[in-house]
Amino acid sequence: MIGFRLVKRKPLPGWAIILIPIAAIIVTLILSAIPILMAGGHLWKSYYYLFYGALGTRFNFLETFVKASPLLMTGLAVAFAFRAKFWNIGAEGQLLAGALTATALGVSLGGVSKPLVLPIIIAAGFLAGGIWASIPALLKTKLKVDDVVSTLLLNYVMIHIMGALLFGPLQQPGSSWPRSMAIVEAACYPILMARSRFHMGIPLALFAVLVVWFINKRTIFGYQSKAVGVNIRAANFGGINTTSVILWTALISGGLAGLAGVGELCAIQYRLIMDISPGYGYSGIVIAMLGNLHPIGVLLSSLFFSVIIVGAQTMSRMTGVPTYIAEVIQGTSLMVMLIFLLFTEYRIRMVRKP
Amino acid sequence: MNEILNVAFVSGLIGATMRMATPIIFATLGEIIVERSGVLNLGIEGIMLMGAMTGFLVTFASGSIWLGVFSAAIVGMILGFLMAFLAVHLGLSQHVSGLGITLFATGLAMFIYRLHFGSPTVPPIIQPFKQIAIPVLSEIPIIGRGLFTQYSLTYIAWLLIPVISVLLYKTQIGLKIRTVGENPVVADTVGVNVTLTRTLCLVGGGALMGIGGSFLTLAHQNMFLIDVIGGRGWVAIAMVIFGNWDPFKGALGALIFGFLDGLQLRLQGMGIAISFHIFLMIPYLLTIVALIGVSRRAAVPASLLKPYRREEKGG
Repeated sequence: MIGFRLVKRKPLPGWAIILIPIAAIIVTLILSAIPILMAGGHLWKSYYYLFYGALGTRFNFLETFVKASPLLMTGLAVAFAFRAKFWNIGAEGQLLAGALTATALGVSLGGVSKPLVLPIIIAAGFLAGGIWASIPALLKTKLKVDDVVSTLLLNYVMIHIMGALLFGPLQQPGSSWPRSMAIVEAACYPILMARSRFHMGIPLALFAVLVVWFINKRTIFGYQSKAVGVNIRAANFGGINTTSVILWTALISGGLAGLAGVGELCAIQYRLIMDISPGYGYSGIVIAMLGNLHPIGVLLSSLFFSVIIVGAQTMSRMTGVPTYIAEVIQGTSLMVMLIFLLFTEYRIRMVRKP
Repeated sequence: MNEILNVAFVSGLIGATMRMATPIIFATLGEIIVERSGVLNLGIEGIMLMGAMTGFLVTFASGSIWLGVFSAAIVGMILGFLMAFLAVHLGLSQHVSGLGITLFATGLAMFIYRLHFGSPTVPPIIQPFKQIAIPVLSEIPIIGRGLFTQYSLTYIAWLLIPVISVLLYKTQIGLKIRTVGENPVVADTVGVNVTLTRTLCLVGGGALMGIGGSFLTLAHQNMFLIDVIGGRGWVAIAMVIFGNWDPFKGALGALIFGFLDGLQLRLQGMGIAISFHIFLMIPYLLTIVALIGVSRRAAVPASLLKPYRREEKGG
């Protein structure tokens, strides 16, 4: 009988790191042909409209960036945390914490001098997300509570906090729906290009890529954070205060996710609703993995995702394939990428079983 | 306050508690089996949604509600096997594989639903399960009606609790599962196939998760809505920890959740001003408290989250 086993391989050269995500995307698109054909869509036409819908017209091209900005923020948030092996599955809740804070300030800062409003909201939104993420970090470092489960559960705690506030103090007077008042004009992100929704949150997200890259590569904290991720015990013996490193990592990670929430509120919705995020926090996990936890990789994979999400609308209109194909492609791409990453470390060897 | 102490209210609340606990019991029992063998299955939320969708779709198409439940179990088994392929056979991170399954299954469920039903203004409905009153028992004053006028799936869920408990603690199979979860090296040495055991646990657990999901579209409601699971899979993950990996204690957690869920629905109906969101938050907060110090407890399966690769032991 012939069996297979996985054998460790030598580290792959640098080009492989770029080539692997691209190969994973190609395999994902090949696999996604199955549901498209199942839906009776013409394959080439479907993929044509997928990409045309995202990149083909000026408005849609800019819209792809609009969609990419929250994905980029949550992707960076997750990647930054995962690099230190702080398993932050809670970007969704941290995003909501940011959006909630931005709402509370956005409806009430009408009297404050206008140029101050946005900086205050952005700083507060970052802090809210960061503090929400530091709770599981504290639980992990001080009480040994598993971070995956605690961050996941805190998402639902935050959803219900938001629900309680939207049915309570934050609810628009006179409305029976769970929605807040609209934020004041000074709290809205400026639109940077006419006849589009291309807003300030996009350059802000690109700036965040640079900041995360700089922290990772050029600061002692970035080095320590990585060391904690590689081997926390060795880092401890090496004199790194691992508790404080994990806490700061969580604070920055949650802060980035919080900014995604601020952006969605102040540039897209202008008022808080229960569906402020269609799961950007969870998509962020896939984007971080697909981008190999590297800020540039996260940038590229968030763009890939927003192409799929925006393009799926046109594809659905033109071919009748349901828009949920975007979610199917996202899920498939994560699993394909996982398998590809495995083969960067291992190779398959055929063995003869006695 | 008279209304709260009313007999009809108490009886109704007991019934609602049992109903709302049912999907959580199925899912919690499924997850306990899986985690006892050393795998954390975060695919549970997506598996439940696929179960809910498949159960509804098959019932809608065939008119047979039990065929719907059966199909939900089969879909759960297939997704459980996919999880086994990623996390057991390939030994990938259990966290990320599980979340991948949830994302994939969630997308697929909504995709298939849209494919079959489009986006109608009035969602299609099925003829759901009817509640069955058990003679004599259901006539016990106050508690009888709530406890013994239930859906057949609810009765099955309650029967499954002792069954799974006996399976885990009193049978050869249960011993194998627990050994694989505690110490796969030892299990392997005494001739237990670690990969096979974990795969079967994921497949079996997946069936229970699928059925739990289908309860929501075949009994609790008679339609499929996209947020029908609404985090109940994660609640089950929490209840496993809350219940210390024990079927009875896990079911107790599910009951507490069912009680709070049932209570908030009733208070909401009576127009009492406490936000139901505060109630829904309680189970999550309770679980986080239960998580504190859990790593020091003996109950957590020692090899949970650790992939097992025989080759790396120099074999």
